[in-house]
Amino acid sequence: MANILKNRELLLVAAIAVLLVLITWRFPAFVAPSNLARVYNDTSILIILALGQMAVILTRCIDLSMAANLALSGMMAAMLNAAYPGLPIPLIILAAVMLGTLLGMINGALVWKLDIPPIVVTLGTLTIYRGLIFLLSDGKWINAHQMSDAFKALPRDELAGFPVLSWLSLVMIGLVFLVMSRTALGRAFYAVGGNPHAAVYTGIDVGRTRFFAYCLSGALAGLSGYLWVSRYAVAYVDIALGFELDIIAACVIGGISIAGGIGTVAGAVLGALFLGVIKNALPVINISPFAQMAISGMVIIIAVAVNARAERRKGRVILRKAEAV
Amino acid sequence: MKILKSLMVTAAVSLALMANAAHAENKKIALVVKALGIGFFEAANKGAQEAAKELGDVEVIYTGPTSTTAEGQIEVINSLIAQKVDAIAVSANDTDALVPALKKAMDRGIKVISWDSGVAKDGRMMHLNPSSNPLIGNMIIKLAADNLPEGGDVAVLSASATATNQNTWIAEMKKVQGNYKGINVVATVYGDDLADKSYRETQGLIQSHPNLKAIIAPTSVGIVAAAQAVTDAGKIGQINVTGLGLPSEMAGHVKSGASKSFAIWNPIDLGYSATMIAYDLIGGAEAKPGAELKMGRMGAVKLDDNNEGAMADPFVYDAKNVEEFAKIF
Repeated sequence: MANILKNRELLLVAAIAVLLVLITWRFPAFVAPSNLARVYNDTSILIILALGQMAVILTRCIDLSMAANLALSGMMAAMLNAAYPGLPIPLIILAAVMLGTLLGMINGALVWKLDIPPIVVTLGTLTIYRGLIFLLSDGKWINAHQMSDAFKALPRDELAGFPVLSWLSLVMIGLVFLVMSRTALGRAFYAVGGNPHAAVYTGIDVGRTRFFAYCLSGALAGLSGYLWVSRYAVAYVDIALGFELDIIAACVIGGISIAGGIGTVAGAVLGALFLGVIKNALPVINISPFAQMAISGMVIIIAVAVNARAERRKGRVILRKAEAV
Repeated sequence: MKILKSLMVTAAVSLALMANAAHAENKKIALVVKALGIGFFEAANKGAQEAAKELGDVEVIYTGPTSTTAEGQIEVINSLIAQKVDAIAVSANDTDALVPALKKAMDRGIKVISWDSGVAKDGRMMHLNPSSNPLIGNMIIKLAADNLPEGGDVAVLSASATATNQNTWIAEMKKVQGNYKGINVVATVYGDDLADKSYRETQGLIQSHPNLKAIIAPTSVGIVAAAQAVTDAGKIGQINVTGLGLPSEMAGHVKSGASKSFAIWNPIDLGYSATMIAYDLIGGAEAKPGAELKMGRMGAVKLDDNNEGAMADPFVYDAKNVEEFAKIF
């Protein structure tokens, strides 16, 4: 029993289950399988972004620029599509991912080579990227009718009953899981965040590892940029404004320690799902918008409080023999 | 001595101006816009030219700075004063900065009005608003009701819960709700002018109100997101999305049928009315609280205590005209 309580992922699954029961009590149709699939689909983008943020947070860094990166990559994808409607969609997605990666590399390089605190770097690039969208688009919107049908259709197309958007997020979860658990880079993320000094002694380049974490988060933000713009069929300067806080909240709720080194892919996914369920449930259970904000905030604080308790390490007895004497 | 001299000069100038006005065949009305090359204002110019044609003895000078700055507009206004135009109708880049230049124009006998974006009370004779809160509130529910002869449930998707404009319009809408029989406003939700939240709130509305027939979104972000959510839910034809939006942003959703119609000001009518009012003032009409000024085919505008007036109901865009206006703004 105590072991189950210590397992954060199981705890989160239980929390989501309790949440669903509470919602069902007020709005029974919410737990219909088709609706749960819809909620998952709606949360897909947040999940993809949380995976990238997780990698960065694991290395004791933070990426505040993810939402701005998403918006810039998304705007670029939308403008490419509007200007060249014949361009194949995979090419546009590739361009968005590459631009996202490039923006992530800028973050990573600044953190690595100039040794500026990550929160300051990404706070700066957040503003720069948003500003670039304005310069790129001249403040204009790219609207539904300017995008080609294929551009808008991809995330909505169904594969075996589920939209491509949901499938894509599942693929990303799989890929990031493989990187985290099966590659040297994945282990390095944990090592760098867990104890940077020890990591150096094991031959890990801390700065380089952080750089790659930012590349990963940038690439995922770029991909999300395309997905976001085509899902909502509109691109403008302010898309996903403030979304970086949702991404970080998903990670924190998912048990990824802001202090680095602790956290799992499952945690990030569940944290995002938890937020996704709340975001989708609040509109249907008829709660005032002000209470909605308060509830979202409370959930985050409770999650962090639970985390802090879980992370508190017990003092270790290192001289057991002496004690025994 | 100096005062006397300047008085004499002023008198001479005004005499010359009056003589000029009397002899001139055409009355010169300057339409000063925030900046040249903006579709909205090009359309307003189209309306002004239409008014000039209708009036016959009017020449419209369409002008403005190249970027939206108050300094640029002041230069333009000074040159218009030098050209001795009869009236200036301005959409201001700054409420206060233009006041001294416009005062100077009024001192020279030039009629000054502002339209679209107003000037402080001292700097103009009257201001023409494109519409008014009660007219907008009435229009948004009328748009929903017009497509629901049998009545039905409608919901409002607003911007944030604290947005002043939207709250005022929704309050005005609720005042006249009784005039539309069978229309039930079942919910008001807030999308915070974020595409994703508006989309999600719309999905919530579709779920929690199975009989929903229309969604009224008096915000340009909200109406687009709601139309997309209705499209994705396969509810085109069952739920009509309407409210306030821009033709260029809504053209696709009108074409798909997600939105049958929506409203916003018509820049052509605005330019037309501004020109008509300026002409009326040149002709001797007085701009004072309670006065009614003629706007040709748009009727008349009644001025309130601040010498402000509302032109008309917001203009309705539907499948017939949205493509044409999408090119403009």
